[in-house]
Amino acid sequence: MYVAVKGGEQAIDAAHRLLGEERRGDRSVPSITLSQIAEQLTLAVDRVMNEGSLYDRELAALAIKQARGDLIEAIFLIRATRTTLARFGYAEPLDTQSMRVKRRVSAAFKDIPGGQILGPTFDYTHRLLDFSLAGEAEPAEAASAPTALSGGMPRVLGLLGSEGLVEQPSQEAGEPGDLTQDPLSFPAGRDLRLQNLARGDEGFLLALAYSTQRGYGRTHPFAGEIRLGSVEVSFTPEELGFPIVIGEITVTECEMINQFMGSSTVKPQFTRGYGLGFGQCERKVMSMALVDRSLRAGELGEERVAPAQDEEFVLSHSDNVQATGFVEHLKLPHYVDFQSELVLLRRLRAEADPEKDRLEAAE
Amino acid sequence: MSVLLTAENVSKFYGTRAGCREVSFELWPGEVLAIVGESGSGKTTLLRCLSGHIPASSGTIRYTMRDGRAAALDEMSEAERRLLMRTDWGFVHQDARDGLRMGVSAGANVGERMMAVGERHYGRIRSTATDWLKRVEIPEDRIDDSPWGYSGGMRQRLQIARNLVTSPRLVFMDEPTGGLDVSVQARLLDLIRGLVKRLGLAAIVVTHDLAVARLLSSRMMVMQKGQVIEQGLTDQILEDPQAPYTQLLVSSVLQV
Amino acid sequence: MNAPAYNFAYLNEQTKRMIRRAILKAIAVPGYQVPFASREMPMPYGWGTGGVQVTAAVLTPEDTLKVIDQGADDTTNAVSIRKFFVKTSGVATTEKTEEATVIQTRHRIPETPLTEDQILVFQVPIPEPLRFLEPRETETRTMHALEEYGVMHVKLYEDIAHYGEIATTYAYPAKVADRYVFDPSPIPKFDNPKLDDCAALQLFGAGREKRIYAVPPYTKVQSLDFEDHPFEVQRWQEPCALCGSRDSFLDEIVMDDKGTRMFVCSDTDFCAKTRGER
Repeated sequence: MYVAVKGGEQAIDAAHRLLGEERRGDRSVPSITLSQIAEQLTLAVDRVMNEGSLYDRELAALAIKQARGDLIEAIFLIRATRTTLARFGYAEPLDTQSMRVKRRVSAAFKDIPGGQILGPTFDYTHRLLDFSLAGEAEPAEAASAPTALSGGMPRVLGLLGSEGLVEQPSQEAGEPGDLTQDPLSFPAGRDLRLQNLARGDEGFLLALAYSTQRGYGRTHPFAGEIRLGSVEVSFTPEELGFPIVIGEITVTECEMINQFMGSSTVKPQFTRGYGLGFGQCERKVMSMALVDRSLRAGELGEERVAPAQDEEFVLSHSDNVQATGFVEHLKLPHYVDFQSELVLLRRLRAEADPEKDRLEAAE
Repeated sequence: MSVLLTAENVSKFYGTRAGCREVSFELWPGEVLAIVGESGSGKTTLLRCLSGHIPASSGTIRYTMRDGRAAALDEMSEAERRLLMRTDWGFVHQDARDGLRMGVSAGANVGERMMAVGERHYGRIRSTATDWLKRVEIPEDRIDDSPWGYSGGMRQRLQIARNLVTSPRLVFMDEPTGGLDVSVQARLLDLIRGLVKRLGLAAIVVTHDLAVARLLSSRMMVMQKGQVIEQGLTDQILEDPQAPYTQLLVSSVLQV
Repeated sequence: MNAPAYNFAYLNEQTKRMIRRAILKAIAVPGYQVPFASREMPMPYGWGTGGVQVTAAVLTPEDTLKVIDQGADDTTNAVSIRKFFVKTSGVATTEKTEEATVIQTRHRIPETPLTEDQILVFQVPIPEPLRFLEPRETETRTMHALEEYGVMHVKLYEDIAHYGEIATTYAYPAKVADRYVFDPSPIPKFDNPKLDDCAALQLFGAGREKRIYAVPPYTKVQSLDFEDHPFEVQRWQEPCALCGSRDSFLDEIVMDDKGTRMFVCSDTDFCAKTRGER
């Protein structure tokens, strides 16, 4: 006699315990510490902070450990944590011009005031596996420069701007929107678009950016400036009425110089795209800047023909937490709806008779 | 009988460039007006203003509704305008793909307007669609096929059927025979002429082809660089063009 | 590092207020999709975050909660959501439909008729009934505002032309209070008649798509159809193998690899009640 299967609750508990065991792995191997993750898997931590939309290296490290290295799972954990945190306001806009620069390059000029500073980059490494990293050997100490870097390096785009060669950054009036407080609706302003892209999936933005370079909405980009370093975060508490510095964060910023445009009334100028992210995330901010520029098609009078220019398409599908939730939800039971389809399909197949004129049903 | 559509000094500017400038005319029920010009003449811009697809920069366009009221296009709510475009007006696009739902059957294409205004009887929708397919000379047994399988001429005829099913009083046509073979064109023009006469439709037809204008229209406007340089009875203009540009157009048409 | 302390039912009071405001708007305009600022929840988008947020916003300590998925209390996701609410709010829970004051459901409406003291919360994946015909949000918004629903009947027409009948078997679109066409969530069309003139308040939450909509008690809900092809529910040839019911939605259980099948009530509580085994 058939007995309905029960025990879903016990099954879930057992599954969670098994997950804990798998996460720990071989117990004779030392458990990975949060500081090891934060110190040595820095770029993973940076990505989790970016897409998790929360600057906290320790929490991100914990999320990565809990997620067993699955970064989107870790990002999800951070987003869920973020929801529970109290918000006490908005910081003053970051002054990236005053950044304590660790790395700063421009592809547009051979040399620039302040210099081309390579910093810690993979760019010119040969991608050969380094087996010395498999052991305990410590790396050689890095050399220091004879003099300290000049502070407040001028922006490359600022230099072009002072000659009128590049459009001014948009000076829209009013309060910027807040994507985490209000639902996104279309058409979206540039403020909400950039917020959406900042927390958007790196792979998705990378593919879209790549597509623009391959002809799907070309914008003729040049990397005007990429800078990585520490910036101060200032906040104006109500009780004080003036801004105070509450801490320092590391950010990467990219300003792209794009296709110049002009009209009968305005002399031609370069256009721009912008990207900003937590930690060191050049791939992300460069992709973000390319997609930002593509999405500005409407305001720049460009015909929208490519996916990267399609605002609704890009902004609706950039969030990997939403995306993975919906894709993976297909694992949930759908047997009631499937049953409905089976009933119909069986009936249609039973009724289907090639001789019979189904159009008679129209009477 | 009152005038159906009036245009008063209609202009459309793109920045400083004029798409069309100071166009005025009257259209009466059952009348077919051809707007003739080469590409860049502004005829398509004008058509899109008249049909409510884009707003005019200045001037007034007034349409007499079924209840006799003359309504200005720019004063209508979006709801009113969209309803008008779905019921009392038709728009035949040059490329049928712009005027059809390519992903659904021919029957659904013709029936959509009926369903949009509340028809809820499948049998009636289907028989009306069948009837219209007959009228535009599309074989009945193709009613369940999607327009993807139709030839260019057939798609155009389907587009016409889709537009006429709600008995519109005014139909806008943008190069309705553009891109079709000469023989297919002839058959289509014949069909349009017949339908227009039988149904007492008013129509505004944009074309670069004087032969199309001659066949379909009773009145004609010639446009060049955004302005109307000559307007009047089609036969008269074609027989005795006044403006130098019109003379040039008429003389350059191959005498068939 | 310290674990944070959670508010009753997880969401903070500001968030609950925001959601309740959206719910009130939804009740005021039956069937209209109200945008709301969906929060990141500890379960994935697509797994019921909209339903969970609505439930969290309406839940009080005195409520008794029932959570079902596919009509059953014991399916994994229903278990997971029920545990979440027990952990974050400590409310009483039940499997008995008539004892619940708030019922959160995925893909079914309980067979037992609901009362004025109950709230039914639906989990919605795609709130927009026009979405598959028109992917642009900007366009569907206008279509709802102008009541341009002709395209929905085009889809139904196509079904009849190709299959001889309307081929939508779940998430079957319906008109609410003679105005808005809505997607009742992927409940089988078998359940659509229960939406109409229901004594309970029916709330619909779509977390990922950020929309809330509602059918107030005793509201007219009419499934779309044609006069000559009227709306019909599914029927089975055999009764439930366990309780004998001929009026409930049946799940198909595959018994062996020779094709032996058995049909059993999807609503496990209803089935147990009918068998007198509760």
